[in-house]
Amino acid sequence: MKEYFGDIFRSIWTVLVGMKVTFLHLFTPAVTIQYPDVRLKLPERARNRLYVNMDDCIGCFQCDMACPVDCISIETVKALPTDNLGTTSTGQKKRLWVTKFDIDIAKCCYCGLCVPPCPTECIKMTDVYEFSEYSRTNLIYNYSTMTPAEVADAKTKLSAYDKEQATKKAAAATQPAASQVSPAAKPVQAASPSTSEPKKQ
Amino acid sequence: MDQFLKSILDNDILVYVVVALLPLVWIVPYALFAVWLERKLAAHMQDRLGPMRTGGWHGWAQSFADILKLMQKEDIVPASADKKLHYLAPYVVFIGSYAAFAAIPFSSGLIGSNINIGLFYVIAVSALVVVGILMAGWSSNNKWSLLGAMRSAAQIVSYEIPTALALLTVVMIAGTLNLQEINQLQTGWFWHWFVFQKFPFPFVAFIIYFVASLAETNRTPFDIPEAESELVAGYHTEYSGMKFALFFLAEYANMFAVSAVASTLFLGGWNSPFGDFLGGPFWGVFWFLSKGMFFVIIQMWLRWTLPRLRVDQLMYVSWKVLTPWAFACIVGVGFWLMM
Repeated sequence: MKEYFGDIFRSIWTVLVGMKVTFLHLFTPAVTIQYPDVRLKLPERARNRLYVNMDDCIGCFQCDMACPVDCISIETVKALPTDNLGTTSTGQKKRLWVTKFDIDIAKCCYCGLCVPPCPTECIKMTDVYEFSEYSRTNLIYNYSTMTPAEVADAKTKLSAYDKEQATKKAAAATQPAASQVSPAAKPVQAASPSTSEPKKQ
Repeated sequence: MDQFLKSILDNDILVYVVVALLPLVWIVPYALFAVWLERKLAAHMQDRLGPMRTGGWHGWAQSFADILKLMQKEDIVPASADKKLHYLAPYVVFIGSYAAFAAIPFSSGLIGSNINIGLFYVIAVSALVVVGILMAGWSSNNKWSLLGAMRSAAQIVSYEIPTALALLTVVMIAGTLNLQEINQLQTGWFWHWFVFQKFPFPFVAFIIYFVASLAETNRTPFDIPEAESELVAGYHTEYSGMKFALFFLAEYANMFAVSAVASTLFLGGWNSPFGDFLGGPFWGVFWFLSKGMFFVIIQMWLRWTLPRLRVDQLMYVSWKVLTPWAFACIVGVGFWLMM
């Protein structure tokens, strides 16, 4: 009997206590951040959308190799000795045309592993995080600054140069004093497989 | 009121249609507002903001957007459902809660039907809701729906008893079932209201009625018929579009109906709390609606405070607490009246 009345009293009392708690919370400021209107400042080292500064890219494939999800695809064409591609901001001479530098940001896992290997620090993660698209293909970002015409031009020039070098080499091979020319010609052939490799993908 | 309307319109049928539609003029805007208010209250009690974007100021147009969406939605009927009952159920539920408004006095001059068994009619007709809920649960051919409907039937039938007994306490004091006369008996300052008469019996009866009416409207903490975490959505799991909206509208209409009965019987209905201050039929509507809204807000407040009861706890509260205490109130008032 005592328990029965105690239960009734306790239930009424605890309901009132609970109502007081919720009533006080009615007037505590909400913790909601109204996102599109109010944006929190991101941490300094936040990893979001990738950005590539193509002025500094030397086409070394370090980021492509580091990427665990293969979202970066690069193609390069070797520049001719006569072409001057300029130097990067770190002072390195650019020797390759970067004809393609695509990052599929839909695949990107924002691990940031591509950033440290870059010798010229041209690939980095920015604080941009709003880039939703209606089509997934729009999420493949083309960073290469070269137009298709320029790419074709660079390729034809290179193949013409290669042919020229091959004929020179053949001509040199027929001559007895060819041994002096061939060491210079060999690195060209050694480098060409690496340039043609991304095209197969 | 129908005399007044008959003097303007001389077609009897037109008068009845106008009288029948008049509560809808209040219920639909009220339901839209109450849905918004409930979401805002819930949000702020949980330190959130709730709808903020639709319509500009604090998302005031959210309910309008919702109802627009519900009207456009496909009306899905499950393949193995009992089509006729499934179609009919939301209407029965809504009629049950809407018909109660026929005898509720909105003001001294504004009552659908001033019948002398008004209170009896309101209790009787709002019990129709359980038929609709049972129809909805059974016809959906879904185990969750049926479980919800059966729980609802058990709950409403049990809680009818303390409700009716608590109201009987007031009827004994008033000596009438006519809601308009009950209101007139409470005219004057607020200490004339029945809650404060013959203290503490009507006051206890008022608490009992309020708790029991929460159970009758299937509101938290007595929302076991539609317990989301156990039964998906209970009896209206298989409903979509406008039929779902009708269930929703019926729930909010029911909330107001029980609040209206509570304010009529215990808190003076359309009477001003301050004697003749802001009296009269027009201010009567204001006082009545504000008293009703006050209880609706308390129902919301309780909803976001209390957790759901278990089925056995629900039955315990009804049969072992509310019913005996309601009887005690009746006996107490009976002795008081005899002396």
